[in-house]
Amino acid sequence: MSGKRNPLRRTRLPAPLSPVRSRTAHGLTAAAAEGRFQLQRCGDCGQVCYPPRDACPHCLSADLAFHDMPPGGRVIAETTIRIPGEVHVRERAPWRIGSVRLDCGPMAVAHLHGAVRQGDAVRMALLLDRFGAPALAALPLNHATLEDRQMQDFTCNPTSRRVLVTDARTPVGQAMVRALHEAGAALVFAGVADPWKPFEGHAALRAQAEIVPLDVTDSRSVAELAATLGARVDILVNTAEHTRPGGVLHAPLTEARQAMETRALGLMRLAQGFGPILRARGADEAGAACAFVSLFSAHALMPWPDYGAHAAAEAAALSLSRSLRAELAPGGIRVLHVFAGPTETEWYQTVPPPKLAPSAIARATVAALRGGGEDVYVGDIAEDLRARLAANPKALERELGQS
Amino acid sequence: MTDLLAFAADIAAGRIRIVDLTQTLAPEAPVIVLPPELGQSAPFRLETISRYDHRGPAWYWNNFSMGEHTGTHFDAPIHWISGRDLPDNAVDTIPPQRFIAPAVVIDCAARATGDFLLSVADLTAWEAAHGRIPAQSWCLLRTDWSKRDPIAYANLQADGAHTPGPSGEAVRFLVEQRDVLGFGTETIGTDAGQAHSFNPPFPAHFHMHGSGRYGLQCLTNLDRLPATGAVLVAAPLKIRGGSGSPLRVIALVPGA
Repeated sequence: MSGKRNPLRRTRLPAPLSPVRSRTAHGLTAAAAEGRFQLQRCGDCGQVCYPPRDACPHCLSADLAFHDMPPGGRVIAETTIRIPGEVHVRERAPWRIGSVRLDCGPMAVAHLHGAVRQGDAVRMALLLDRFGAPALAALPLNHATLEDRQMQDFTCNPTSRRVLVTDARTPVGQAMVRALHEAGAALVFAGVADPWKPFEGHAALRAQAEIVPLDVTDSRSVAELAATLGARVDILVNTAEHTRPGGVLHAPLTEARQAMETRALGLMRLAQGFGPILRARGADEAGAACAFVSLFSAHALMPWPDYGAHAAAEAAALSLSRSLRAELAPGGIRVLHVFAGPTETEWYQTVPPPKLAPSAIARATVAALRGGGEDVYVGDIAEDLRARLAANPKALERELGQS
Repeated sequence: MTDLLAFAADIAAGRIRIVDLTQTLAPEAPVIVLPPELGQSAPFRLETISRYDHRGPAWYWNNFSMGEHTGTHFDAPIHWISGRDLPDNAVDTIPPQRFIAPAVVIDCAARATGDFLLSVADLTAWEAAHGRIPAQSWCLLRTDWSKRDPIAYANLQADGAHTPGPSGEAVRFLVEQRDVLGFGTETIGTDAGQAHSFNPPFPAHFHMHGSGRYGLQCLTNLDRLPATGAVLVAAPLKIRGGSGSPLRVIALVPGA
């Protein structure tokens, strides 16, 4: 994947799929984003339906909510498309699809993993394609990863790709470098700001990565690095953080400003420096740029007032990254959000467990790149926060305010 | 009466040499490092407003941001708690007359390791060679640390920075015995890197500012100044109530 390219050949452009989805159908998008297998089930007659509809095909009820479904199914028929109509798929032909009888009821047309054959029992998954649209895939029951020619179109596997970790000073940044190195990344660039400040783990970092000067709070630093090696970065993982305790009443404004500089404006600088090059290289045969990853505190979604100023910077960064997702999608670049609760690091020292090991965040990020989602919640705190936010955001606001 | 036009003519003709003692302001330049739970002074940052482009077709300009104590900068007495109640102790109220003054240069470059401390003996030895340090003059400590790369310049170890500076006794000698205008260094602070463990901590800040004297730090080109005879022009920005300010420090040196 990460080879050298022939300079006489034009760099291939991403050919976006452009499915028009109904608002209802984005129920599939929501499930795929989080790696869940959800379909509509009629609240009146109990039948499961696919594809998404606004009225139950069995009883015409409008009560069709999305629910987790058993992912089993059996391939009834398969076919190979040799000359597809869509440019994106045509470039990848031949392409195998099949009809699958889902254990939960309906028949569905799905992309077939290379190891799946007609008559096989399969595990169904909802995956996002490179342009953010959900797709059904039929996977072998015993599969561990999505490693497969067709399934690669739904993943951003760091193996053999070149990855930039934007801040490798932090424990999470160093765990990320380690995880990417162990995942077989062709090259890991490790961003280090203020090289005149020594830091722990420097020697180990040098063994696993190429250290590059990068300070996300400095526009020139980001622009220079993007100009120097932007075309060699297939995946960007933004680990730059500025975590400080303190609520709105007493948090120092200098620190709040630094948090915004690092998280919100830092993300914007990275996006403006590396985003256009990533987007242009989304179909580059020499490496295929594929992902812009950002780590967030789960409190980007709902603040924890004890870290109120920090949560605001996280929320601002998340908002920017969601806009960036729409801007990078046409280039086939996945914007992956990894949400985590408090970590076993110095800025959460007095926070009681459960706390996440930096390595857990790094492992989850690599796994997410190898999967088909775009929003990942790592650990109990983040999972819990997501569930409570979905159930009753007002209750969550009150409860976090009293914790 | 002093002939200022003759003075200007001497500058134009090079009979008075101008030496720039100022670091270039750049984002990557080391700044003071404090434990991260304390408030931090901002490094220099530059954002382009426009550069002959859609944001402003015919002009180029920037916004910059930085702490008062970033780059080559001036410390006013109000910077330290010992100087907080003195009159005219902030950059906007210091009489501008003080911004132009003679300077003596104590050359310790050959001995200036990370733990070098300027002693009273060093000062008296210097005076034996060059004469008494004049009242109301800048005392500049030459270490040649401004020539170091950023890592060696900051010289951060596990127990903090190791950079040269004055002993508490030397500072008191300069203030109480010699009535200097201020103290200047090439390093990030007027105090030694380990001065947090001195008694009192940070004596150059404590004694200088406590008696209404000033500080200059992150100076360069001190090796191009004579031991005596130079005049410094060091005028901080007029920040209301400001504790210090980045500034251009210029030395006037006689002779070509």
